[in-house]
Amino acid sequence: MKAIIKRELKAYFTSPLGYAVLTVLAFFFGIFYTMYLKNGSADMTNVLYLMVLALFVVIPLLTMRLLANERRQKTDQLLMSAPVNISMIVLGKFFAALLFFCVFFVEVIVFNFVYLFFGATIDWLVFLGNILGMLFLSAALITIGLFISALTEDQVVAAIATYGISLILLFMNFFMDIFSMITSITVPTAVSEAFDWICFYTRYQSFTQGIFDLTNITFFISVIAVFLFMTVRVVDRKRWA
Amino acid sequence: MIEVKNLTKKYGSHLAVDDISFSVNDGEILGFLGPNGAGKSTTMNILTGCLSATAGSTTIDGFDVLTDPFEAKRKLGYLPEQPPLYPDMTVREYLGFIYDLKKVKMPKGPHIAEICRLVKIQEVYHRLIKYLSKGYKQRVGIAQALIGNPRVLILDEPTVGLDPKQIIEIRNLIRMLGKTHTVILSSHILPEVQAVCDRVVVINKGRIIADDTPDHLSANLSDDHSLSLILEADKKKAMDAIQALSGVKSVSYVRSHGENANEFVVDPVVGYDIRKPLFELMRDKDWAVLQLRSNQMSLEDIFLRLTDDTTDTAVLERSLKRRKEQNEQEGAQE
Repeated sequence: MKAIIKRELKAYFTSPLGYAVLTVLAFFFGIFYTMYLKNGSADMTNVLYLMVLALFVVIPLLTMRLLANERRQKTDQLLMSAPVNISMIVLGKFFAALLFFCVFFVEVIVFNFVYLFFGATIDWLVFLGNILGMLFLSAALITIGLFISALTEDQVVAAIATYGISLILLFMNFFMDIFSMITSITVPTAVSEAFDWICFYTRYQSFTQGIFDLTNITFFISVIAVFLFMTVRVVDRKRWA
Repeated sequence: MIEVKNLTKKYGSHLAVDDISFSVNDGEILGFLGPNGAGKSTTMNILTGCLSATAGSTTIDGFDVLTDPFEAKRKLGYLPEQPPLYPDMTVREYLGFIYDLKKVKMPKGPHIAEICRLVKIQEVYHRLIKYLSKGYKQRVGIAQALIGNPRVLILDEPTVGLDPKQIIEIRNLIRMLGKTHTVILSSHILPEVQAVCDRVVVINKGRIIADDTPDHLSANLSDDHSLSLILEADKKKAMDAIQALSGVKSVSYVRSHGENANEFVVDPVVGYDIRKPLFELMRDKDWAVLQLRSNQMSLEDIFLRLTDDTTDTAVLERSLKRRKEQNEQEGAQE
């Protein structure tokens, strides 16, 4: 697993893609941050709210090649014939993407310290909630991207499919509202509740208020576990084709 | 060292490998010969654990690939048909990654340097793999298989796409590696197998057609004095008449060629030339001879014949098997 993490991280940092991703994140973060500073807001919560959009843009780009490319380059045969467990390969890829993403968190923390330097007061618990929420959210989106990357050989297909699915999962209840507004059909409460329950964004929002709700943590961990498990199954299934 | 027993692989309803069994002894170089699509790569993928088998078992040094994958895989190095390279890595990074991936215990620097010297890739050691020529890529692929010094090397068409000079170099390398490793090598090029391998397994349409040393295979087939005969005559009558000739050991019917034309294979008793009596018989009976051909074949011919879709390979296969048994008997008598 360590070998895989090392290789993937190196690949991120030696490819233009990795730097493009970091640039996009830094760019949006900078803009949103300045925007809120101008308004005299001291809270980073709203900035990170908006950053979910950047997250959504960037994560499929990080995950699209993870497994799709292995198949296209036929390097999957290398991994399969090596004395390594498939779950270790998948976990290695997952952690590599997550660790790469953590570079962004470093940036956020640095910003916060600059803030502190200029004499602002920071509610560290809320900040921790923000970071934790974003970490869980991005980890969940990464596993979804990883799973889709395992299904196809084509990076572009993987990216587009990941966009579609993560868009739906992120803003599920929002889409439902639009749907009922356009068609003027009132959605049954059971359905709307279910959608609310799944909606990633709602779950994330509760973190940002500094609430460590165990159900939310469990929810994200379950999503991560389920998609990782399915990824392992998909990779393994190819041997049984 | 390697045992393959009743291996079968189905892709849906397509039978890619059909109940094959063979074994490779320690220190042997086995050639796996067959046309494209014969099931070579499938078999190799199963041997290395990249694919599962529908039925049958494969063991490497006593460890089953399916139930004991780690022990089995630790003992093998695999070069797939397309070398599994990451184009964006340098050779150094790539080999380092393989070293970590295989969790090799040997000291890293000297081990990799030794392999690079062996396959002659020192001069491209710091270059990106995507900028290497095909020959170098192939060598990096072989280097990858050698990391961890596995006892078994499985090389899938290692010389494909190389120029003649590189082919010779790679062959020499394989022969050298064969002194210290057990090697399975697949190819659809016959002289290659002849040049490098101790033993050849010919495979076609997922089945093993022949399993012998290249010399034996060649000898067995080139002393095949049987004649292939197409006659315009009644099948039964012709067979009886030919069988009655002195010097004829056996006649077998191959197939019909349209109306009243039948193909036979006539096998003479060793030492008899039956061409003349055959001709006289046909003249007497007034049978039109559409073809009379000696089956004496070069290895190239036999390979083409064995793997040709249009001929019935069963007869040939039987004759090969029979000759192998004969040889073994003669050997035992001596």
